[in-house]
Amino acid sequence: MSIFSKLINRRSNWAVPYAIFLAIFVALPLLLIVLYAFQDAEGSFTLQNFVKFIRQPEAVNTFIYSIGIAIITTFLCILLGYPAAYILANANLNRSHTTVVLFILPMWINILVRTLATVALFDFAKLPLGEGALIFGMVYNFLPFMIYPIYNTLQKMDHSLIEAAEDLGARPSVVFTKVVVPLSMPGVMSGIMMVFMPTISTFAIAELLTMNNVKLFGTTIQENINNGMWNYGAALSLIMLIIIGVTSLFSDGDEQSDSESLI
Amino acid sequence: MAKQSDTIIKIEHLSKSFGEKRVLDDINLDIKRGEFVTLLGPSGCGKTTLLRLLAGFARADEGKISMEGRDISDIPPHKRPLNTVFQRYALFPHLNVFDNIAFGLKLNKVPSKDIESRVRRALKMVSMTDYESRDVNSLSGGQQQRVAIARAIVNRPQVLLLDEPLAALDLKMRKDMQMELKEMHSTLGITFIYVTHDQEEALTLSDTVVVFSEGRIQQIGAPIDIYNEPVNSFVADFIGESNILNGTMIRDREVEFIGHRFECIDEGFGQNTAVDVVIRPEDIYLINNLENAAFTGTIKSCTFKGVHYEMFVETDKGYELMIQDYNAFEVGSTIGMLVKPSDIHVMRKERTCNTFEGTMIAPDKVEMLGAEFECNDTGLKAGDKVRVRVDFRNVSLLDYKEDGALFGEVKFILYKGDHYHLTVLTDNGDNIYVDTNDIWDNSDVVGISIAPRHLRITKRV
Repeated sequence: MSIFSKLINRRSNWAVPYAIFLAIFVALPLLLIVLYAFQDAEGSFTLQNFVKFIRQPEAVNTFIYSIGIAIITTFLCILLGYPAAYILANANLNRSHTTVVLFILPMWINILVRTLATVALFDFAKLPLGEGALIFGMVYNFLPFMIYPIYNTLQKMDHSLIEAAEDLGARPSVVFTKVVVPLSMPGVMSGIMMVFMPTISTFAIAELLTMNNVKLFGTTIQENINNGMWNYGAALSLIMLIIIGVTSLFSDGDEQSDSESLI
Repeated sequence: MAKQSDTIIKIEHLSKSFGEKRVLDDINLDIKRGEFVTLLGPSGCGKTTLLRLLAGFARADEGKISMEGRDISDIPPHKRPLNTVFQRYALFPHLNVFDNIAFGLKLNKVPSKDIESRVRRALKMVSMTDYESRDVNSLSGGQQQRVAIARAIVNRPQVLLLDEPLAALDLKMRKDMQMELKEMHSTLGITFIYVTHDQEEALTLSDTVVVFSEGRIQQIGAPIDIYNEPVNSFVADFIGESNILNGTMIRDREVEFIGHRFECIDEGFGQNTAVDVVIRPEDIYLINNLENAAFTGTIKSCTFKGVHYEMFVETDKGYELMIQDYNAFEVGSTIGMLVKPSDIHVMRKERTCNTFEGTMIAPDKVEMLGAEFECNDTGLKAGDKVRVRVDFRNVSLLDYKEDGALFGEVKFILYKGDHYHLTVLTDNGDNIYVDTNDIWDNSDVVGISIAPRHLRITKRV
């Protein structure tokens, strides 16, 4: 038996290409970020990068501002996305699967193209670019990521639970608040994960829709790295990663499935 | 105070269709206070739909349901004074056992002190004491069903609806729960309406069994009456095991079947009338003495079934009978058989031939069942409305649906001792009845053809 067939016959060996891929494109870059964050330009160990972040009110303010924008965006996405998902998942209100696809369709178009189109739209309507346009663009870009996980959980919900609640004396509005909403929370959590985190680090939308007037944390990182300040940029990235990691602790492991089925 | 009437639920002329399919057809049923009523029938017979109409989850197309003399047809489910136990439990996964059971009480603004004690009592009733704070997902199927029952009875409904509540449990658990449900019914003293497809369960539990088929009530009665006196061959076949045979009522108290004449106790069928005869397999006695026997036969097979042996016997005139006996008889041996007159059950035939309505399209061509059929020259004009009769024997079933004048699906198969009696449902929803010696299976799709000479056509007035 050749070495090759021996390799291929062991099931665990099939994972090797993926392990290599993960090592090179996920683990190594993360390791490099951590390494760079704790080094100065000469390569010796330092905490200076973090001290600089805390001492520099501009970076901290941008960070807090970005989180604020992300919270507003996420909140608006829930406010708009939940009713949309509810209507899509309700067989009485929506009978065709095509409508669902229509809501997902914008995700197939590149985010930059969509944002440039939004800029053109604002120009055409003679609306000013700025903070308002930024939030509009954020919500527009990330809304499908909120709708789909919620739609998915509502779709999979056992209809007999709703009937059971009605049977026990719940009015339609009570059925909604006591049964539908709690049971769709995993979908909402997935949606938050998929909207909140990317919005913190977005910079292209902010640049295009505010004519570079509003700076988000993603912009700060990008600027530092563009200007050759790799170590400081890495430290900022690490801070953001930790924040993202903390928010993801609010979500349970099984909720990942809802966001995965999107891909 | 007015005397409370004996009837708690009255169903009148209730009909419901899903698209083209009529799932309930003119149902009339009175349910007495405190009764244990079972709606029994094969899947798709309409029993679950009736339960959903009672609960309010679906609306009837026609007819009305009244409870305590009040029409509840337009009342939404959350205002109906009845509670449901669902087939797949339908427990709220985000609530623990206590909150599941207290769900209805909280909505009805019951003081929290009372909620506590009522939930405890309900849990005790279903033998689940001390499970209050358990997560419902950590419970076994049987425990979940107990919680589901507790969640329904804690609201003290006047009527409890149960939708195949034991179908998902294993056999042993099901038997235990049956006993517990029966006990619970007598303790609570409320009306139980129970849906099942399991005839044994229905006979064990109920005060009254309602047998459904094809959206219609076939028979209503006490379990013992349904078993001993089935009104038609469907009920006889569905409830228990039985030999169902074609027979002829010679005169009162004398019936002929399997090529022999028997004394029976039925009267009033007229003379020389075609009937169906039902004999339960345990009611045929096997004896070694051939001279005293009513008829003789040969044992074809003999299988041990635990308490009894199940044997198939070919009679002297070539009919096959199923017989159950505590003694085994050797395969191949010739034996004598006896049947007591009171064990022969005679039923009026629902029909003796197929009757269709059609229209002539030429003197030798008729349109019926949504297809065209050739026939012998009738001398009738095109456009004449006609009635067509076809004997069960004369309908041919074909393997390929394209080969027939039309096609249909085999819905119901009845073995009649020497042939099969099939009900074939066409696309248009017509039933065609066929006698055949060929073996078909349920839900086979078959082509249907009828030879021109077998169409007996008369003009409709």
